[in-house]
Amino acid sequence: MTPPQPRPAPAALHGPDGRDEWKRGWKHILVYLECRDGAVHPASLQVLRKARELAREAGFAVHGIAIGEDRELLRALLAPYPLERVYLCQTKERHFLAQAHSEPFIRCVWRLRPSVVLLAATPVGKAIAPRLAAAFGSGLTADCTDLEMRDNTDLVQVRPAYGGDVMARIVTTRSRPQFATARPDVMPSQAAVADPGVEFVLEESDASPETAVTLLKTEPRRETHDITRSEILVVAGKGLRRLEDLELLRELAELLGSELAGTRGIVERGWLPADRQIGLSGKSVTPELLIACGVSGSVQFLEGVRQARIIIAIDSDPDARILAVAHYPILGDLYKIVPALIARLK
Amino acid sequence: MMRIAVCVKQVPARSEGMMDPATGTIRREGLAAVINSYDLPAIETALRVKQRVATEVDVFTMGPTKAVAVVREALGMGVDRGYLLSDPRFSGADVFATAYALVQGMRTVGAYDLLVCGKQTTDGGTSQVGGTIAQMLGVPHVGRVTKLVDADRRGVTIVQELERELLTLRVGFPCVVSVEPGIFTPRLPSLKSKLAAAKRQVTILSLQDLGDADPTHYGVKGSPTRVEKVYPAALTPRRDLSAMDAETAADLILGQVRRLTRPGGAR
Repeated sequence: MTPPQPRPAPAALHGPDGRDEWKRGWKHILVYLECRDGAVHPASLQVLRKARELAREAGFAVHGIAIGEDRELLRALLAPYPLERVYLCQTKERHFLAQAHSEPFIRCVWRLRPSVVLLAATPVGKAIAPRLAAAFGSGLTADCTDLEMRDNTDLVQVRPAYGGDVMARIVTTRSRPQFATARPDVMPSQAAVADPGVEFVLEESDASPETAVTLLKTEPRRETHDITRSEILVVAGKGLRRLEDLELLRELAELLGSELAGTRGIVERGWLPADRQIGLSGKSVTPELLIACGVSGSVQFLEGVRQARIIIAIDSDPDARILAVAHYPILGDLYKIVPALIARLK
Repeated sequence: MMRIAVCVKQVPARSEGMMDPATGTIRREGLAAVINSYDLPAIETALRVKQRVATEVDVFTMGPTKAVAVVREALGMGVDRGYLLSDPRFSGADVFATAYALVQGMRTVGAYDLLVCGKQTTDGGTSQVGGTIAQMLGVPHVGRVTKLVDADRRGVTIVQELERELLTLRVGFPCVVSVEPGIFTPRLPSLKSKLAAAKRQVTILSLQDLGDADPTHYGVKGSPTRVEKVYPAALTPRRDLSAMDAETAADLILGQVRRLTRPGGAR
């Protein structure tokens, strides 16, 4: 690989701590509007709504950027949303390629000079965001669960950290733009409005950058078991002592006609595959009924079950966080309770 | 000779319960340290490419001196050379400063055709280092790689898993890939290779060894983001619960299940 470019540090990009005037040169919020399968990604609409709240605090406008092969389709999809201006960038590929998507985005950001650039933390968003931040030598916080705007236009980026019951507040005080990706399905969504009056700008496309990535084949992703579509979920946590004990929960899940899922700790042990993981670095689930067995309920985990309608939690530790938040907390021994439940179901 | 680099990290063995609520700081001392579990499939992927193409695999990590342990673990798996970026001035680095240090570290050695990264770390968990490095190097980055289809001297063919589709991509070198944990089962080093690895030399790189030795470009000083505050997540008031016996509990749960399956019971 060729030696790296020196860090980009033009004077206007950065400024010392404690001095805020230079930040006024960076205005407004730019939101990446991911569109797929003929629809705006729901997570992008969640980011848009948060962006509008933040913008109101700072007296900023909210602009959007969308990148795709069919700009007329993008225009039609985005017209109903309250944005001041949307930049439409054209790509040659129908499918997502990170570098090809990042290049026009970077050019747009250079011209617009937004204070904040927000993307949803979808696979696409998380592929583009680090390239953007690196291009500007500026800060990026991934998977934010909340965002706040300060008077001096510093963006406070909030996310759970260190795998445990810790929240972190992160700031980018010495550079602009401030980049952040927002965790999907945490923030409320922006609804379409009557007569938003969006201005669309067609961005000039450079000849596509010489890219060494060639698409050979695409196929739909077929999940044979999808924990995000299961009405009931049985969740295994680290309260399970041995791998063999998982069979007990598997049996329970089968009898309930439901899926088995696990916490990050369980997946990291290799007891369940990653597509059955619930939590910040796993999936968000929305079951009618969730039965958590031996799950302590870290902040990371609870982020994934916010929208479960009823949570039953069995744990033997009275201090387990999940017992404080479950709809039906059960302080007890799962090794006795689960067999008793299985007996009743049979 | 083709060259592959893998970036790894040493992390605390347990990620929960690290916060000291009294002081608002993270306790790191006294916690056992291990190789980030997501990095093992990355090392394995590099070694699998090595099985197909004549290449050497180097591992890089940034950390305190004790992080040499993860380098040795990688050597024990079959990695050819190990590099530890260690300097007090590297500490406190965010994603950007970490990526920059790794890039500078790799640059002291030479040009790599392929860099393989794991999906994320168990302590930071952002999944952003691979893409940041790729942008700094001006090369493609493909993340969420679940399958290695083929590898040759010019590039790799991989499968990338996006939300709704699987893309089979041919990526020419130089490039960065980030692999998902399921891509390969990482090999366990044999006792013999572990013993041999313990004797192998690991190159320690400090700030002075790097092409860019400006301390303000690394560590806390070189990080555009800053953690302003960490605090315990809102402590939900502990409920006063008495232990429930198994039969009562099973009845309770069964009751909820029945309500759900009753007509009109679901949302």
